[in-house]
Amino acid sequence: MRTLAITKRILKELLRDRRTLALMFLAPILIMWLMNVMFSANSKTDVEIATVNVSQTIRHNLAQVDGVTVTPTKTVRQAEDKLKSDHVDAVIEYQQKANRFNVTYANTDSSKTALTKQALKAAITGQTITTLSTGVQQLQSVIKATNPSFSAPQQSNKAPSISNHYQYGNADTGFFAKIVPILMGFFIFFFVFLISGMALLKERTSGTLDRLLATPVKRSEIVFGYMLSYGILSILQSTVIVMATIWLLKVEVVGNILNIIIISVLLAFVALAFGILMSTLANSEFQMMQFIPLVVVPQVFFSGIIPLDSMASWVQYIGKILPLTYTGDALTQIVMYGKGLTSLGGDILALLIFLVVLLWLNIVGLKRYRKVQ
Amino acid sequence: MQHLIELDHLAKSFGNRAILHDINLTVNRGEIVGLIGPSGSGKTTTIKTMLGMEKATSGTALVLGQQMPNRQILGRVGYMAQSDALYESLSARENLEFFGEMKGVTGKKLKQEIAHVSQVVDLTNYLNQRVGGYSGGMKRRLSLAIALLGHPELLILDEPTVGIDPALRRKIWKELKALRDRGQSVLITTHVMDETELTDRVALLLHGDVIAFASPQELEKQYGVPTIEDVFLTAEKEEEQNENPRHY
Repeated sequence: MRTLAITKRILKELLRDRRTLALMFLAPILIMWLMNVMFSANSKTDVEIATVNVSQTIRHNLAQVDGVTVTPTKTVRQAEDKLKSDHVDAVIEYQQKANRFNVTYANTDSSKTALTKQALKAAITGQTITTLSTGVQQLQSVIKATNPSFSAPQQSNKAPSISNHYQYGNADTGFFAKIVPILMGFFIFFFVFLISGMALLKERTSGTLDRLLATPVKRSEIVFGYMLSYGILSILQSTVIVMATIWLLKVEVVGNILNIIIISVLLAFVALAFGILMSTLANSEFQMMQFIPLVVVPQVFFSGIIPLDSMASWVQYIGKILPLTYTGDALTQIVMYGKGLTSLGGDILALLIFLVVLLWLNIVGLKRYRKVQ
Repeated sequence: MQHLIELDHLAKSFGNRAILHDINLTVNRGEIVGLIGPSGSGKTTTIKTMLGMEKATSGTALVLGQQMPNRQILGRVGYMAQSDALYESLSARENLEFFGEMKGVTGKKLKQEIAHVSQVVDLTNYLNQRVGGYSGGMKRRLSLAIALLGHPELLILDEPTVGIDPALRRKIWKELKALRDRGQSVLITTHVMDETELTDRVALLLHGDVIAFASPQELEKQYGVPTIEDVFLTAEKEEEQNENPRHY
């Protein structure tokens, strides 16, 4: 009963705070839209290569590679000047005597360097194959001349065609699609953490918490009242974010939207309990803000945006003690692989453990303000 | 139950810093008891112990016959803190409704109570306004109205008249006396000395000890001075001369 009254009051306060509402619902959409624009604009790499003394075949093969432009140059000196003045991204010089390609990269953009290396390799392989097949043809004609009864197996000269199928998304699916599920979790965590922490801090500094605790309300009823109200809020928030990613950003969601919302609410509970706990360590709203670089930002790195599998084991252990890791994984499984809640038992269990521990700490922590229940 | 509040040899320390040494204080039914003392003398700690926000290190703190901390007793006590402690984005009515429900007053009874207490503090016409737009005095009155919700047998008011203009202060005191005459008891802290003349009994708190506890008139006679302010100054001086190096 008292829990519901507290829930009602918190929701009323939130509904009257238009700016905070806008922050919770519009800011995530705006940021995700911006990221979508940024990441899809940067997906194509173009390189210009200056070549010195490189054969026609190799040059031709290089230019075949998508995004590569070749500029033949007379001397190494000229080519290097171009490199210095940022007109080309790499210089390839062929040294006939040593049968060696000397490559100098601008290396100001690692993806351009990688593309150049790959293109050169492909070009050399292409040349070798051409030489080989000419050799084979010559060999065949020699054999035919000596032994007319020999017939070489007829093979079509056409290269096999490739037909691409995508289990998730389509050919345009880029990095953004991968981070969408993680971003969803991040926004919910960030806003619920900050706003609920601020709300309890305000109750403490304005004295309403003392007044509340001077009534027969149980400490747990206060914590559950907060949970219920922010739970409702996060249902709305995650629905809006999911809808925006599907309709506005055209990201494919394979799994059930309801599952996404359930995980989001669970995360919101953890964020809430975490925010309330942290707020007891802060004496002002500014001090609450200081937790953002300490508590919120590191979670982004460990949440799966950067794959942790290949990193040192201590890095992976840090990831395991942060709630966003589990939500990032669960939401990725739902959004990209269409997994159901039953196959996400590990993630859900981890979040529940976080929740129970944090809730318990909060209910006990309120003891600082009243010594009974 | 003879005393609504009975503090007996109450002591409270935080770590090794003793805030209250030996507090003995009683509040009878139908009386206003003042608790006065300079800042840092332990008034707020005494009140927090009565409300169960702090637990006594030793001694007993009985409120309405029960040892504190006790959650159920809090429903029968009205408390008003030094700060207004209101939800500014809610209207006055919503504040009253919320704290009423927290105290366990619900439904029709709550409506009647809100009508009654808002009339007592003269806010009936402003109930639907948001508290954020209230003046300081109105906030103070609303805060008092919340403390009055649910007909508490005992009111504990921590500096209720701080920052209040004289006319309003007089009005609040009139209301407190009316409550007393209806059989409710009031414990009030203040550092405005002339207010204590209006109480039935007054306790002087200094360095965590009650150094005198009697009616204002008796105290003035006992110390041979005309006002409570003089009583306080005299008592403080005597205290410093008699003992007590532990405080300094």
